[in-house]
Amino acid sequence: MSTLTFAARDSATMLKRSLLHTVRYPVTLIVALGVPAMLLLLFVGVFGGALGAGSVPSGGRYIDYVVPGILLMTVGYGASTTSQSVNRDMTEGIIARFRTMAISRSSVLTGHVVGALIRTMVSAVVLVGVALLMGYRSNATVLEWLGAAGLLALLTLALSWLAVAVGLAAGSVEGTSGFALLVQLLPFISSAFVPTATMSVAVRWFAHNQPFTPVIDTLRGLLLGTPIGHSGFIAVAWCLGLAVAGFLWSVSLFKRSAAR
Amino acid sequence: MNTAAPSPAITAAGLRKSFGEKAVLDGVDLSVAEGTVFCLLGPNGAGKTTAVRILSTLIEADGGTLRVAGHDPVRESAAVRSAIGVTGQFSAVDGLLTGRENLLLMADLHHLPGRRRRERAAELLERFDLVDAADRRASTYSGGMRRRLDLAMTLVGEPKIIFLDEPTTGLDPRSRRTMWQIVRDLVDRGVTIFLTTQYLDEADELADRIAVLDQGRIVASGTPAELKRRVPGGHIRLQFPDEARAASAERLLAGSSREGELFLNVPGDAGVGALRALLTRLDEAAIEVDALSVHTPDLDDVFFALTGRPAAEAGETANETAGETADDDDQTTENHLVQKESGR
Repeated sequence: MSTLTFAARDSATMLKRSLLHTVRYPVTLIVALGVPAMLLLLFVGVFGGALGAGSVPSGGRYIDYVVPGILLMTVGYGASTTSQSVNRDMTEGIIARFRTMAISRSSVLTGHVVGALIRTMVSAVVLVGVALLMGYRSNATVLEWLGAAGLLALLTLALSWLAVAVGLAAGSVEGTSGFALLVQLLPFISSAFVPTATMSVAVRWFAHNQPFTPVIDTLRGLLLGTPIGHSGFIAVAWCLGLAVAGFLWSVSLFKRSAAR
Repeated sequence: MNTAAPSPAITAAGLRKSFGEKAVLDGVDLSVAEGTVFCLLGPNGAGKTTAVRILSTLIEADGGTLRVAGHDPVRESAAVRSAIGVTGQFSAVDGLLTGRENLLLMADLHHLPGRRRRERAAELLERFDLVDAADRRASTYSGGMRRRLDLAMTLVGEPKIIFLDEPTTGLDPRSRRTMWQIVRDLVDRGVTIFLTTQYLDEADELADRIAVLDQGRIVASGTPAELKRRVPGGHIRLQFPDEARAASAERLLAGSSREGELFLNVPGDAGVGALRALLTRLDEAAIEVDALSVHTPDLDDVFFALTGRPAAEAGETANETAGETADDDDQTTENHLVQKESGR
């Protein structure tokens, strides 16, 4: 009867801990809030002039084109932070302590994932604010904004579960850096910053078939009114698939983790 | 209690666990009476930590019958977990949270009601002498403070059985004594303690019963007094200014044996009385002594007596396969030396 209540209560406790960590560990905050804003400045202010001309179809502005890509990178940075903090829990032994206590098993990981979701969504809102200040304009309706936020949340969920699994699997914080590099690099080989049409054949094939491209195309469609086509379904399918895979991987690692 | 006779808090029969080819626990039997301190004594890699991890539900045994607080750690893990508290070898505190927040976190996870959780945290900070550091991040704590906080966190849920896995390894002598006092206080409150250590003096100070674990097997068990009777090796070591004096002292003191030109080992009890008597005899015979050191039986002697091998060697061979870190060993040796120098 009370199992579910306890699970929710323990998850809330773990969430509180995760949020406290975010506040206590300034690097997390700087990475979550500062880096995406810096990237936006970099892409719009530095590369924008050169990339913009050829990139933006139908004479749009580069900042409008690039914001969905930077939002994606925000999610990626959030996920690498998550894998690091899960890994710190593992290596510091506090997960072993939690496992010897009569608490809901899932709460340990749920706390991290929900914490990551909140952290990432807050930084996404901050990023959109900075973008608006820099002249970003969207013709999206409230419903379209909500759709974009929903998709971003889904992607965050997917990457966070993967991040949890990576954090549990890695022997040290350095071990999680491969994952961080991957999620930060993948947006570059997608339609995030330049249209895929300019890429070589093999790279274009990869860019078209990797999960970030449909997500970006969908976000761009929702915020700029460009055609979405099948991208919406493909994006949601990728996110759900990655979330389930990450979840199952995390749970199986968590069950075995104490044996180390 | 549902039976007339007090049932043991922890029992294990034929406990076995292997990691790959290596049998870490190879048929361990033990029984810990409620409200007592049981000490599992052994060198690094003997299987102590593995035993704790199995009994505290962290990993499953390959075989054997186990009961912790009357429950099976695998099939009734939730019941076991709500009765136990574990303080591991490497303190599991949250370095980013303050001492108080760490305790409040535990209080929340034990579902203590609102006001009670703050009271409990304040109580434990007071009891573990952490009031001044309560609102500092745990990552700034010294080794001794971290251990105390770790143990305080374990106590938030008022467990009936506490596992202490090498609670003083790496601590300075003063912090060790504080930890010992804490353990004694816990026993006074009726808690059952399952302690692992690699120091005989620690087991001697705290334990009601000791079991010596070597390469996954219990090689001896009994009360500290019973165990020490089986262990020779206590002696007083004298240093003389020249060989002539050493030789005459050797003739004077029956059973003594020379070591080199200037040293003489006198076997036997190293209590204050015996020491005074020895010095008086030397004095009366007008034999001048340069220096004196007291050697009490330690884990090396226990191991040598029980297994025919020095403890360090036993630890090393087991270590290679169990994969404990070299760091750990260094720390241990260092601490051991400090302990010997400070004397007892």
